[in-house]
Amino acid sequence: MQNNDIGTYGEMSLTVVRNGRIIDPASNRDETGDLWFLGDRIVDEPLNDESEKITVIEAKGKLVLPGIIDMHTHLCEPGYEYRETIESGTRAAVAGGVTALACMPDTDPVIDDVPTVKFIQDRALNSAARIYPIGALTVGSEGDCLTESGKLLEAGVVALSDAERSIGNPAILRRGLEYNRMFNLPIIVHCEDPFLSRDGQINDGYQATRLGLKGSPTVSEETIAARDIMLAEETGGRLHLTHISSAVTVQLIRAAKKRGVQITADVSPLHLVLTDEALLAYDTNLKVTPPLRSQRDFEALREGLLDGTIDAIASDHTPRSVDEKKVEFQEALPGALGLETMLSFIFTELVEPGHLSISSAIKALSTGPAKILGVEGGLLSAGNPADFLIFDPNSTWLVDADSLKSKSNNTPLAGRTLKGFVTRTVVGGKTSYLHR
Amino acid sequence: MTDQHSYKLSHRHLIGLEEYSRRDISLILETAASFKEVINRPIRKVPALRGKNISNMFFESSTRTRLSFELAAKQLSADILNFGSSGSSVSKGESLSDTVRNIEAMQVDCVIVRHSSAGVPNFLSQCLTSAVVINAGDGAHEHPTQGLLDMLTIRDAFGTLDGLKVVLIGDITHSRVARSNIWGLRKMGAHVVVCGPPSLIPKEIDKFGVEVCYRVEEALSEADVIYTLRIQHERQGEIFFPSLREYATLFGIDEDRLNLAKPGAIIMHPGPINRGVELDSRVINNGRSVILDQVTNGIAVRMAVLYLLNGGGEHDAE
Repeated sequence: MQNNDIGTYGEMSLTVVRNGRIIDPASNRDETGDLWFLGDRIVDEPLNDESEKITVIEAKGKLVLPGIIDMHTHLCEPGYEYRETIESGTRAAVAGGVTALACMPDTDPVIDDVPTVKFIQDRALNSAARIYPIGALTVGSEGDCLTESGKLLEAGVVALSDAERSIGNPAILRRGLEYNRMFNLPIIVHCEDPFLSRDGQINDGYQATRLGLKGSPTVSEETIAARDIMLAEETGGRLHLTHISSAVTVQLIRAAKKRGVQITADVSPLHLVLTDEALLAYDTNLKVTPPLRSQRDFEALREGLLDGTIDAIASDHTPRSVDEKKVEFQEALPGALGLETMLSFIFTELVEPGHLSISSAIKALSTGPAKILGVEGGLLSAGNPADFLIFDPNSTWLVDADSLKSKSNNTPLAGRTLKGFVTRTVVGGKTSYLHR
Repeated sequence: MTDQHSYKLSHRHLIGLEEYSRRDISLILETAASFKEVINRPIRKVPALRGKNISNMFFESSTRTRLSFELAAKQLSADILNFGSSGSSVSKGESLSDTVRNIEAMQVDCVIVRHSSAGVPNFLSQCLTSAVVINAGDGAHEHPTQGLLDMLTIRDAFGTLDGLKVVLIGDITHSRVARSNIWGLRKMGAHVVVCGPPSLIPKEIDKFGVEVCYRVEEALSEADVIYTLRIQHERQGEIFFPSLREYATLFGIDEDRLNLAKPGAIIMHPGPINRGVELDSRVINNGRSVILDQVTNGIAVRMAVLYLLNGGGEHDAE
C-alpha cells in the first residue's frame, strides 16, 4: 500500500471515476460513464468544468459498484483480538469491496451497553471501513433480560441480536419484538434449536453418515424460524433471519412475506454455492454454522434470492485461529472468513455462470442491507456517500489463505481461482484500498 | 513369505475401507490367510518388520484391538510402543498437532491410532510426512481392520463373500464397525441388510448400497451371516431407544430368531458382548458362533496390514 493516493482526500476535491461500467440498481443505472464525487459525497457531473482541481481515476473495462454493506461480520474485538481486530477486519473488508459493515455483538464483553458501543466506535474512528455496531438483544446475550435498547440506539446501534445464540425463551423474544417496535429496530436472529442440533458437526445427511459425524438437521433451523416468524407476525416487530440455510426456511419466509409480516432475511455466499458434498475429507474450514446443506437447499436459497424472499447476502465473516481450526473436526470451532472473498466468489459462481445478474448481486450485497439497517450507502446517485468499489471482472486470482488481510486464515476457498477482483475501494471519498 | 503378489496396495495408509478397492481387500485377505499359518507355528515369529518402530496410539480405551495389534507387530518382529490416553487431546491440554510433532520426532515408522473423534487418522495422515497411519477406529467413521477380520472370518466359513446375505443388526448410527463392514462387504459382492430401530439407522444409509429393514424377522430370512453390533443405551447423554429390555425383545438374537436364517448361517459380534441384549447366551455358545474366530483372525489381518503397508516384502531378501 505504498501508493500515496491512499488516504488522501483533498479539501473538498472533485474526483471523477472515468469510463467505468457504472451499476446502480436503485436508479436502474447500468452504463459506461463517469462517476463524480466531491469530498465525501457523490455529485452530478459539474456543468462548468474548471479542470485545474479534478482528480481522475481511470476505470475503463472495470465495474463501478456501490460499496458492499455487510450486515453479518464478527470483528472479534473486544475480547478475541487474537482472531481479528477492528483494524484487521476492516482492512479485510475494504480488500473485498466492503465499505461498511455491521458487527455482531458476540464479543467479550458482549456489546450490550453504551460504553462498549462507544469503545467500538472509538476504535473504528480511523478504520478502513464504516462500522455499525449491532447491540445485544439480551444482557450478556444470555437470553434473560432485554438490553436498554433505547440507549443503545441513541449510541448508534443499527440492530439488535444475540448473534449465534437463538433466543431460547420465546417470551423474551416476543417481548423484545414488541418493545423495540417503537424504535423500528430490526432484531436479527440466528435460528437453531440447541436440542435438535446438539453436538451437530455437519448437515444431517449422507456426508454425516459417511464421515461418522453427528448430523445437525435442517429442522433445527426450521422450527425456530417458524416460531420466530409467528412471534413477529403477532407483535408486529421487525425480524431479520440471518444466514438461513434450508429450503423450508425459504418457504416459511416467502409465505410470511405474502401475509405482510415484517421480516427480512440474509444468506451467506457459502450457502449459495456449496453443499455438504464439499466435505469430502474432514476440512474444518468447511465447518460452519449453520452447516452447508444439500443440493435442494441451496437451489431453494438461490430461488429465494431471485424472487426477493431473501433480501441480502451477508458474509458471516467468522475468524478463527489455527489452534481453533487445526484440531479434531469435532473440537474445531465453526466459522469461515468471508469479507475478502465474498464479491469475487459470488461473481465467479453466480454472476458469471448466469445464475444472478450483477445488478441483483449488488442489490443483495449493498442496497438490500442498507435498507434493512437503515443506513446510508448502496446508492450511486448524487447526494449519497462516495462509498463504492472498482471491480476488474476479467482477471483471476488465486485465494491464498496466508496472504489475506484478515488476522486469521480460515477460508474454505483457499486454493480456488476466483474471477474478478476489487481494484479500488473508496469510503467516504477516500481510497481505503488499492490493489497492487 | 515369498512375494507371490506382484500387486501392491494402492494406498500408503489405511484410513478406511471406503478408499480401498476390491483388489486391495483381496490382497490383504490372501496375505492374512498365509499369516494364519505363522500363528499356528510353535515359534510364532517372522522377521518381516525387524527394525521398524510401530506406535500404538490409543486415545480411547480398547483392550482387544490394542492387544491384537501389539501381538501382530511382535510376531512380525517390529518394535512396538504403546501410548494410551483417554479423552480428547484438547481435554488433556495437548493439541493433536503437537502430538503429531512428537510422533515425528520419535522417528516412528507406523502409527496405529484409535480416537473417539472421527477424522483423526485422516488428520494424522495429512500432517505426518513419512509415517504410515493405520486407523484402529475413529469415532463413528471407520474401523477398517475390524471390517477386514470380519470378512476373513466370513470367507473362512463360506469360501467366498460374493452373493452372501449379511445382516448387520443394532446401532448402525454410532458404529464404525458397521461402516467398514458395509464398504468392504459391498465391494466384495455381498448383499448387506442393516436392521435396527429407525433412530439408530443413519440418514441416507441406502446410498451405501444397503437394504434397510426395521423388522429383525424379515431381515433374517435367507441370511448367511448374522452380525450383531454392540448396543449402548446412552450415548453422550442422549437416549436413542426406550430401554435395553425393549431392544432385546425386538432385536436380540435368540435360538428362535436364529432359526429364521439359513441353516448354515453364522453369528458374529465385534465384542464386547452384552449377554442377553444383542445375543442370548445360548446363541453365543452355539456351534454357529464364530465370535472367537473373529478374534484370532484379527491378529492375522493386522499382521497382513502391518506387513503390506510397511513394505515388509522388501526385507525378504535378507
